[in-house]
Amino acid sequence: MSKTATQNIKDEMVNLYLDNLDLISEGSSALMNHHREEAIQNFRILGLPNQKNEKYKYSKIESIFSYEYEKYFAPKNITFKVEDIFRCDIPELDTHLALVLNGFYLPNPNRLQTLENGVVVGSVIDAAAKYPHLFEKHYNIQAENNTDGLVALNTAFAQDGVFIYVPKGVVCTKPIQIINLLMSDENLLVQYRNLIVLEESSQANVLVCDHSLSPKRFISNVVTEIAVGANAQLEFVKMQNEHNDSNQLTHTYVKLERDSKVVSNVLSLHGGFIRNNLNMQLAGEGADAHAYGLYLTDRTQHTDNYTFIDHAVPNCTSNELYKGILDDQATGAFNGRILVRRDAQKTQAYQSNNNLLLTADAKMNTKPQLEIYADDVKCSHGATIGQIDYDALFYMRARGIGEREAKLLLMFGFAHEVVKRVSIESLRERVDDLVNKRLRGELSRCHNCPMHCC
Amino acid sequence: MVKYYLQNKLNVMLVIKDLHAKINDKEILKGINLEVKPGEVHAIMGPNGSGKSTLASVLTGRELVEVTHGSVTFNGKDVLEMPAEVRSREGIFLSFQYPVEIPGVSMVNFMKAAVNEHRKYRNLEPLSASDFLKLLRERKELVEIDSALTNRSVNEGFSGGEKKKNEIFQMAMLEPKLSILDETDSGLDIDALRVVANGVNKLKTANNATIVITHYQRLLDYIVPDFVHILYNGRIVKSSGKELALELEEKGYDWIKNGN
Repeated sequence: MSKTATQNIKDEMVNLYLDNLDLISEGSSALMNHHREEAIQNFRILGLPNQKNEKYKYSKIESIFSYEYEKYFAPKNITFKVEDIFRCDIPELDTHLALVLNGFYLPNPNRLQTLENGVVVGSVIDAAAKYPHLFEKHYNIQAENNTDGLVALNTAFAQDGVFIYVPKGVVCTKPIQIINLLMSDENLLVQYRNLIVLEESSQANVLVCDHSLSPKRFISNVVTEIAVGANAQLEFVKMQNEHNDSNQLTHTYVKLERDSKVVSNVLSLHGGFIRNNLNMQLAGEGADAHAYGLYLTDRTQHTDNYTFIDHAVPNCTSNELYKGILDDQATGAFNGRILVRRDAQKTQAYQSNNNLLLTADAKMNTKPQLEIYADDVKCSHGATIGQIDYDALFYMRARGIGEREAKLLLMFGFAHEVVKRVSIESLRERVDDLVNKRLRGELSRCHNCPMHCC
Repeated sequence: MVKYYLQNKLNVMLVIKDLHAKINDKEILKGINLEVKPGEVHAIMGPNGSGKSTLASVLTGRELVEVTHGSVTFNGKDVLEMPAEVRSREGIFLSFQYPVEIPGVSMVNFMKAAVNEHRKYRNLEPLSASDFLKLLRERKELVEIDSALTNRSVNEGFSGGEKKKNEIFQMAMLEPKLSILDETDSGLDIDALRVVANGVNKLKTANNATIVITHYQRLLDYIVPDFVHILYNGRIVKSSGKELALELEEKGYDWIKNGN
């Protein structure tokens, strides 16, 4: 990518912002608008991340921006019912549904809903108006606007997104499912912002599914900030299942207060270019963070997972397991950064990244990165890149199982180690099924959509 | 007398003729001849390095071993032309000396895939989930395998004895025509040995055959052979009845090495 071209994209974005600031502000909330000016200034300085940026070494962000993209600053008026053109892969799951279409919250039927136990699910815009104190406390607190240009870009442009609030002591019995849909007649750049707040001693399960419904190019640049109160528990499962022209740039920030537990599981089943940033800060003693991930790539797909676990205080635990299977000429990256600060004694931090390469052309870059400044800690990291085990394969063939089937069983077993961390049984079974179909090449990326583009 | 001889000749299951095989560039098998008929138990004994495991590898189709001369026919069909999975479906089963661990692949999924592949090969419908579980339970009881072993990933965290029992369990599930037990007794204590041997004996019929590859005579007290062959330096140098094993035990392998 030439320097002038990158500069062009940056200028184009800044000009786009300036030209549409009124529209952007009108279509959002005052509290969110408040942060835009500083964000665009940051973006002016940072620009899009390039490969000289150590954090984005293995992903060519600029290359995905080098196409023409439409940007919407107001939600489309849709006349059809979303349920008519899309049925989620997980129909048996009984969840509270939140739908986002091209970055805008779809009233379902309201824009903000309070559930039986006081749980609030709805649009970030409406939530900012109704719960300003929560926004003052949590919005744009964790997001790294001054070091990551994509995050700054999101803070400047994002108008809507999903807001979830779980009051003190409330245990959510049903999972909350967010479905992000992309549908357009043109290539589209979508940016939205999510805020999730769990008060002290609450519990919730959040499932996020990303789907692309049109055969166009998409970029989703999404920032999610999650505040988990003392003694609260959150399981956050993200399923990425989009077509080859869909590009996902996600930035998830989680702050764990004392004795809280968060389990994050990112399942990247299909997509063109995926870059997931996950930041988990253990801010209170006794906090427990789990980060799991699975990426299945083929053809020329690319999946890059960056994680940052910050042990800011003593007596916290973290456990990471990311696994990937790369086929054809697919590429992937994993950068697992763990920071154990000087006073974070009795930290236990474990990290593992295992990769299976099915061809000589597939390429994986894996980089564990442990920065340990305390001296009474238990930390480990391990990264492997390998091929299918011949002995295991032969053992299965010696029982009559054909080579292809044996490989599929082995790959499914490999992936299952991450899938089994999903605690909701029906969801876990469904994911197993999707993984199985994906590995066999039977996965329909367009989810019963009538366009049959793939 | 002649009629009986001819019938018997026609009834041969496995015929190995002048088999030579090498690994990398080293010749390990230097002309093996063996015939196994249904209902028979053959023991193959020999010192380390004699080629016992290589013979097992050749019969199951491990690609690391290269056959340079000779033939192997099984029920009249050319085995050396078949890939490993087809040999299994034809009815050849190897109980591995060192069964491999396969984390992430459950015993149930593994056995279900294997059983159904065998059924497909014989033009049978695959077993339903409930029929399969029924078969699993029956066979488990037969060979005294406890539930803990089938609920886990294949051989994961199994002790040596548990792995060997698991091999016999798989044999019970697949009901092979020819079972090759490769040093099944190695690493087993006397109780495990008895359980394993019991399982093998319960699966014996007049229509299947067993080749027991072993170092020690002890297993042969439980799995009584009809024929004992001594393999030394890539060749079968002596063949006789089960008393040969006792003689070998008494005199040691040096007796063979000294050209007896």
